[in-house]
Amino acid sequence: MNELAATDSLPKPKRDIIPALLPVALALLVLPLIGSASSWATLTVASLAMGMMIFIMASGLTLVFGLMDVLNFGHGAFIAVGAYVATLVLVPLAGWMQADSLLSNLAAVLPAILLAMAVTGALGLVVERVLILPVYGQHLKQILMTTGGLIVAEQTLYALWGPQIIPLPLPASLRGSFIIGDVAIAKYRLLAMLVGLIVFVAIQLVLNRTKLGLLIRAGVENGEMVEALGYHIRRLFLGVFMTGSALAGLGGVMWALYREQVHASMGDDLTVLVFIVVIIGGLGSIGGCFIGALLVAMVANYGGFLVPKLALVSNILLMVAILMWRPRGLHAVTSR
Amino acid sequence: MMILSGDPPRSRALTILLILIVLALVATPWLFPGAKALNVAAKICIFAALVASYDLLLGYTGTVSFAHTMFYGIGSYAVAIALYSLGPSWLAVAAGIVIGLPLAILLALAIGLFSLRVAAIFFAMITLAVASAFQVLASQMSWLTGGEDGRSFQLPELLRPGTVLISKATLGVEINGRILTYYLVLAASAAMILLLLRVVNSPFGRVLQAIRENRFRAEALGYRTVFHLTYANCIAAVVAASAGVLNALWLRYAGPDTSLSFSIMLDILLMVVIGGMGTMYGAVIGATIFILAQNYLQTLMGTASRAAADAGLPLLPGPLHPDRWLLWLGVLFVASVYFFPTGVVGRLRGKPQAAK
Repeated sequence: MNELAATDSLPKPKRDIIPALLPVALALLVLPLIGSASSWATLTVASLAMGMMIFIMASGLTLVFGLMDVLNFGHGAFIAVGAYVATLVLVPLAGWMQADSLLSNLAAVLPAILLAMAVTGALGLVVERVLILPVYGQHLKQILMTTGGLIVAEQTLYALWGPQIIPLPLPASLRGSFIIGDVAIAKYRLLAMLVGLIVFVAIQLVLNRTKLGLLIRAGVENGEMVEALGYHIRRLFLGVFMTGSALAGLGGVMWALYREQVHASMGDDLTVLVFIVVIIGGLGSIGGCFIGALLVAMVANYGGFLVPKLALVSNILLMVAILMWRPRGLHAVTSR
Repeated sequence: MMILSGDPPRSRALTILLILIVLALVATPWLFPGAKALNVAAKICIFAALVASYDLLLGYTGTVSFAHTMFYGIGSYAVAIALYSLGPSWLAVAAGIVIGLPLAILLALAIGLFSLRVAAIFFAMITLAVASAFQVLASQMSWLTGGEDGRSFQLPELLRPGTVLISKATLGVEINGRILTYYLVLAASAAMILLLLRVVNSPFGRVLQAIRENRFRAEALGYRTVFHLTYANCIAAVVAASAGVLNALWLRYAGPDTSLSFSIMLDILLMVVIGGMGTMYGAVIGATIFILAQNYLQTLMGTASRAAADAGLPLLPGPLHPDRWLLWLGVLFVASVYFFPTGVVGRLRGKPQAAK
């Protein structure tokens, strides 16, 4: 160890860019395999859009785990609840949705998203206070509690909305695609990419540029020390949990519009996907989660195109491969 | 005492309850004639063994696995596919067992070595992912598994309902192949539960409990915790697969809904927690309560739901609908994790153990 003089600048944190290069490398690698540039572009855009949506849903989970050391097995419930709440607004406003003007479309979609985020955020408040507060620090009970919460939430959705699939057509102005050359890019996918990027940048800015973010990052490293410095870490926990839940709600609305349908079991399927992403990224890491989401979506899309049979287990294979390389995920954040 | 491996129920009420359950199960063909009662009794036996094997993981090692139905399904499908393709013979049953159980062990070994090494919490997530992939795989490979429809098959001659072994006049109930199958299920389940009781009360079982209480300290004492956990995972998997074999033999069918679905996994979790984690006897109690509720409570809820609808009460008919009984069990589950984490058995034993 060399001694640092007081005047020296602090050593720069090591940047780990190999994980960030993985999606790029993967995209370039499959280009010759796919053969046609236009279908490659379409697939790439599709994977980016899908990855962004998965990222929105997964970011909340990884944030919550990183800060609170709580693994929320009921995260999928927030996704489904968000989607269902959105139908409360979107189904009555179907007229505005089908009108061929961006303004009236947005007048239906924006309130739906805001309401979904508000409701899932409020639900997050209740869940944190009722289910998670009594079991901080006890992983086994957390898993059981949140799984119980998932059952209750899903069954409540069934009880309130019934078991049928609710169709949710895309707003008129978001349907169709832009044609650039011979590449077709669906409009909604562009929007999804945009929203995902905004969420990613916003989270990164808050975490790295604000005092709140400083506290959260410090809390991830050493919660006790933050508390000793006089900050209410529990209140911070609550805030992060609510944010994570609201993000899951946002992701749920986006996913429901993408699939153009809502069903109470969508939470289950997405939970698995989101877990894989979070494991690949490294529990607690936002950057890793982002890369993980992109990788999962790329493998799903390219894999589905190249080897359809393989698509079923491609996620698992990807996870195994990544964990062989880095057993704690792409970016290991916490020492846990 | 020998047969219980020196681990008696340790509570008078619990002992009486267990004796009652066992007697009722043994005497079901006489006490409760009819196909439904026999079905319920067989399901209780199968699930008691399945839940006991899950308890070995959850209650004794403190690891949460979501892949338990996968092993259950492997057992079910192995026998079903063997009997379906080889025809109804004992050879086919043996083939199913010889293929299914080692497959379950190998898979458990792979998952265990791969994910128990990294971090405890990974295990829960990875098992969830692997199990869901397996479920998709089973429903897609329809040439082998019959897809969503599953596989129905015929049992060997001896186990068919048409085979009358002892006529009705002798014992009061006609002992046919169906009853024989039931006793096969009952005996095999009881043997598995007693075997698991033996395992948890062996030195190996003590190490598992030490790992549950403090993995780091157990490792410091010189135990290779990863191997112990992986062995436990393999034992649990092989028992679960055997329960799956029984399930397939009883139903004469294996399909995704009866042996692989995620909802069965949740049922197992509910049974373990309601019965009492880390007790083995809890598995029997939990399975009995749950299966009885599943089969008879729903009728009750249907009546209540219709009554509420007739009385014109808003909102109530929905949550009371028989299909929503899982909602109330979910509430019960959360409440029991919170208020009495030791479950029914812990309550009856009355010793407030510090649950982790």
